Amino acid sequence: MLKILKYSFYDLMRSRWSYVYFGFYLLLGTVLLFLNNDLSKAVITLMNVIIVLVPLIGTIFGVMYYYNSKEFTELLLAQPLKRSSIFLGQYLGVAISLSMSLILGLGIPFIIYGLFKSNAIWDFSLLLITGTFLTFIFTALAFNIALSNENKIKGFGYAILLWLFLAIVYDGAFLMVLILFEDYPLDKLSLVGTMLNPIDLSRTLILLKLDISALLGYTGAVFKQFFGTRFGLIVSFLALIIWVILPVFRIILKSKKKDF
Amino acid sequence: MVTIQKLHKKFNKNVVLSGVDLTIKDGGIFAILGPNGSGKTTLIKSILGMVIPNKGDISVLGENIKNNSAYRYKIDYLPQIANFPSNLKVKELIRMIKDLRGNTTEDEHLIELFKLQPFLNKKLGTLSGGTKQKVNIVLTFMFDSELIILDEPTTGLDPISLIRLKDLIQAEKAKGKTILITSHIMSFVEEVSDEIVFLLEGQIYFKGSILALKTKTNQPDFEHAIASILT
Repeated sequence: MLKILKYSFYDLMRSRWSYVYFGFYLLLGTVLLFLNNDLSKAVITLMNVIIVLVPLIGTIFGVMYYYNSKEFTELLLAQPLKRSSIFLGQYLGVAISLSMSLILGLGIPFIIYGLFKSNAIWDFSLLLITGTFLTFIFTALAFNIALSNENKIKGFGYAILLWLFLAIVYDGAFLMVLILFEDYPLDKLSLVGTMLNPIDLSRTLILLKLDISALLGYTGAVFKQFFGTRFGLIVSFLALIIWVILPVFRIILKSKKKDF
Repeated sequence: MVTIQKLHKKFNKNVVLSGVDLTIKDGGIFAILGPNGSGKTTLIKSILGMVIPNKGDISVLGENIKNNSAYRYKIDYLPQIANFPSNLKVKELIRMIKDLRGNTTEDEHLIELFKLQPFLNKKLGTLSGGTKQKVNIVLTFMFDSELIILDEPTTGLDPISLIRLKDLIQAEKAKGKTILITSHIMSFVEEVSDEIVFLLEGQIYFKGSILALKTKTNQPDFEHAIASILT
């Protein structure tokens, strides 16, 4: 698996897109710091961007990489390699290179600005960790979609729909449910609802850490009340880990049964 | 060498193989023939484990191939369409495959044979179909495996390279290896193969020597013998 990871990673590092992504974050971090002139405020703005954008990039990139490397995959399949190592290697190659672009792209301007001397360092680290989680989750979901759809256009379509649903539609639908059933106790429901969407989960996780009650919203408030800040952080981390493991597990299962 | 028992495969509702039984003994050149869509590539890919059969057993060199990947160390495979990662250089691709399968020095001789030196530093995406096929041949023959599977090996090759390929195949046969070939070029098949396996509608219609096929169909030449099966 490590060899495949090495080649996928190497392949991606040479592709233009990794640099575009890296450059974008570099620019974003720098601009935000200049506009806000304050590390903590920049972290909050950044959170709003990361939480929507990282899943989108992870999804598109994951699907694109899978379809583009079809030939490479077929070449590998005829070699004495396990299927699980081929696909896990490729998945990790994409996820790691995307995470690296994110971490380096945002990290460099913040470090130059004086991150290490500031007390925003933990908030910022948490932001990067959540961003990395989101990358791993959405790349894995994208690989799942691509593995299940031979047709590129369909695969892309489903991937975009998935992102649109989790990033935008889900919140709206969730709010509708909360309004419709406002006469009932809803705290359990909203807890489950948050867990079922990695984007919501990440947002809650970061806001819990930043301790900004005004931005927490109803679900966040329930979350905090139910778990408390520290336990809430642990629970949301665990939920994010499960969100990575389940799709990765399905990649392994699905790839074992697929015909090439 | 290869034993296939009651192999069934369908893609959605399209039945491609329905109960193929085939035994391929050690040594010699076997041609797998059949009209378009008769399941030749599916059969080959099943042996390689790229296609997972619905039913049936396949064993290669006495090893059942189900959930197994190590047996592929004993197979050299030439895929039908030479699709390689297009942003990789020829040299890098060869190095990568060596890294994945184990080292060999045979590639130098093959590169020399097919005059590929000028292309070593070119990206695979910029190569012509024939040159890609030559790279494909180098990648296949550089390992010394007991079973060689060639899916349409002649595609895109110029006459000189075709002669070299035939020599290469004969040389491998002389080492006692087993070679499976699919091809639509009947003259090529007639020239190189010892035995043919004819697939029709997902089953084995005929297995035996070319002479036996001619006698069976009562046709004086091979091409007409094949045609008479299909009509």
